[in-house]
Amino acid sequence: MSNLKLAVPSKGRLQEQTFAWFSGRGITLERTGSGREYAGQVRGVSDVELILLSAGEIPRELAAGRIHMGVTGQDLVAEKIPAWEMQVEQIAEMGFGHADLILAVPSFWADVENIDDLDAAAAAFRKAHGMRLRIATKYHNIMREYLKREGVADYQLVDSQGATEGTIKNLTAEAVADITSTGDTLRANHLKILKGPPVLASQATLFASKLARWSVESIAARAEILNRIGASNG
Amino acid sequence: MQAKARAYLEGGRTGAGLAALRAEVGRLMAGFAANNATTVEPAALLSADILIDLYGEDLRARAYTTHDPVLGEQMLRPDFTVPVAQMHLESGAAQGRYAYAGSVWRRQEPGSARPVEYLQCGFEAFGDANTAEADAEVFAMIAEALRNAPVAPVTGDMGIILAGVSALETTPPRKAALMRHLWRPDRFTRLLERYAAPLSQNNTRTALLSALQAGTLEDYLASQGPAIGLRSISEIQKRAEILREDAETPPIPVGQVTLLERALAVKAPMKAAIKSLRNIAIEMPAITPAIDMIEARSEAISAFGIDGDQLPFEASYGRTSLEYYDGFVFGFSAEARTDLPQIAQGGRYGALTRALGRETPAVGGIIRPEALLALGGLQ
Repeated sequence: MSNLKLAVPSKGRLQEQTFAWFSGRGITLERTGSGREYAGQVRGVSDVELILLSAGEIPRELAAGRIHMGVTGQDLVAEKIPAWEMQVEQIAEMGFGHADLILAVPSFWADVENIDDLDAAAAAFRKAHGMRLRIATKYHNIMREYLKREGVADYQLVDSQGATEGTIKNLTAEAVADITSTGDTLRANHLKILKGPPVLASQATLFASKLARWSVESIAARAEILNRIGASNG
Repeated sequence: MQAKARAYLEGGRTGAGLAALRAEVGRLMAGFAANNATTVEPAALLSADILIDLYGEDLRARAYTTHDPVLGEQMLRPDFTVPVAQMHLESGAAQGRYAYAGSVWRRQEPGSARPVEYLQCGFEAFGDANTAEADAEVFAMIAEALRNAPVAPVTGDMGIILAGVSALETTPPRKAALMRHLWRPDRFTRLLERYAAPLSQNNTRTALLSALQAGTLEDYLASQGPAIGLRSISEIQKRAEILREDAETPPIPVGQVTLLERALAVKAPMKAAIKSLRNIAIEMPAITPAIDMIEARSEAISAFGIDGDQLPFEASYGRTSLEYYDGFVFGFSAEARTDLPQIAQGGRYGALTRALGRETPAVGGIIRPEALLALGGLQ
């Protein structure tokens, strides 16, 4: 098979929005078979094969070159592919699936408003408690890179794969770094977001793999997709 | 990666290539042994806790971590300094001189050509009575080992920045914050600029400080949200008091910042560098003892037959390394070979021994034998 493999999220709102986005650009993506079967097809562009994958797995498949193009969140690409720019190319931001990766601390920490305060609080915390201030997150790579860039010391990352906002109350972390779209969950858990730009502003994005094998057909299909969506072929 | 390739050396894992490398390591170790070093072989697998406490969370991006259900988180040795210092401190001896040779492992940035495993051959001396002489001895020992290699030295001294920060007209918390970020130059510069500028306050901070002033801090905090987590109200109160003090602290005079920046920018052969620093010290006398130390070290190095006056000196050298250097720092590099790392480096690290629980004078250096052989400067 020398088709272009295009991976999109396998279910949910992200899939609906992805289908709608392509449809608005003259490319019809649709599921085939029963509603539960993870199979699909593409109409409007030839030589494109639709793959339905969990959004979390699409970055890995792009980096491995097993798919040519894929729709997933920028946060997932940044977290799961070290130095992602070398392995995947960002083709188009799609304007939905917006989510910010932010750092949050308890609202009653009136002395901590920005990243500089967090650094100072971390130094004092380490002195008082004999351990480094814990930040619960599942975005280890992005956060380590960000905190290094910001020159924050005396922290440690603790892994939290879910219900991250609860870790502070449960005494397993002092701060959290997580994706938020509205901030409601944070407020409900008595947390506030540090001031300043988010650690990462993410949205659903069409990526292309730099490492996939690009056949004549897949190169042509890619050019056609780019043409339809109005992106330049880089 | 090819099975026979190793850091900077092709074919260094078998036959003549391996024999040459072994001979080179043997030569270096014999040199250290001739200087009364005891050979040590620290474990390759180290407790991650201690290393991360020393170097910070950043280390995770630079060292390989593994888990053991009983031992907990372990790291593949990213350097020898920490385990050798631990061996010495645990021995209880006042003095000790050690030599070692073995692999260290470093994670590298994706796409980086730098090796993830390479050899280090090094020497560490603890408990010296004369700082300048001990610094000079280690430097001369490494220089001697590299005698026939086309490498150029560079030296520096963290003492200048340490003394310069201590001398700033500002509060102890501000000095402590600057000291904490000596090894993060960008952050250090940002802090210094902030402390030299008039403080601009935002409304919420004003509210916090007024509540502190009025003795209603607890009510104010309660109005912000419930006290959740390990960090307590009293810790917030303490920091609020520091913030109040900070708000009342006059900016560091711009002249002092300029002076410190001038001192940190000094880069010249040792004798000329000392002269420049002495000129700066007229207005910043606090750095005089540090300059005296540089001068004494330069003389001590000359006593080993190396022209100390002409050694390159850079006041900011050593501020971006992984190490905990807090005095003399030095390196040797092959300028023509940008594909190779520094061939050797070293320095003084009393702060590391303090962090390990028993402060003791400590100075040492390492040579990268594979890079040295790849340089082809030795017959």
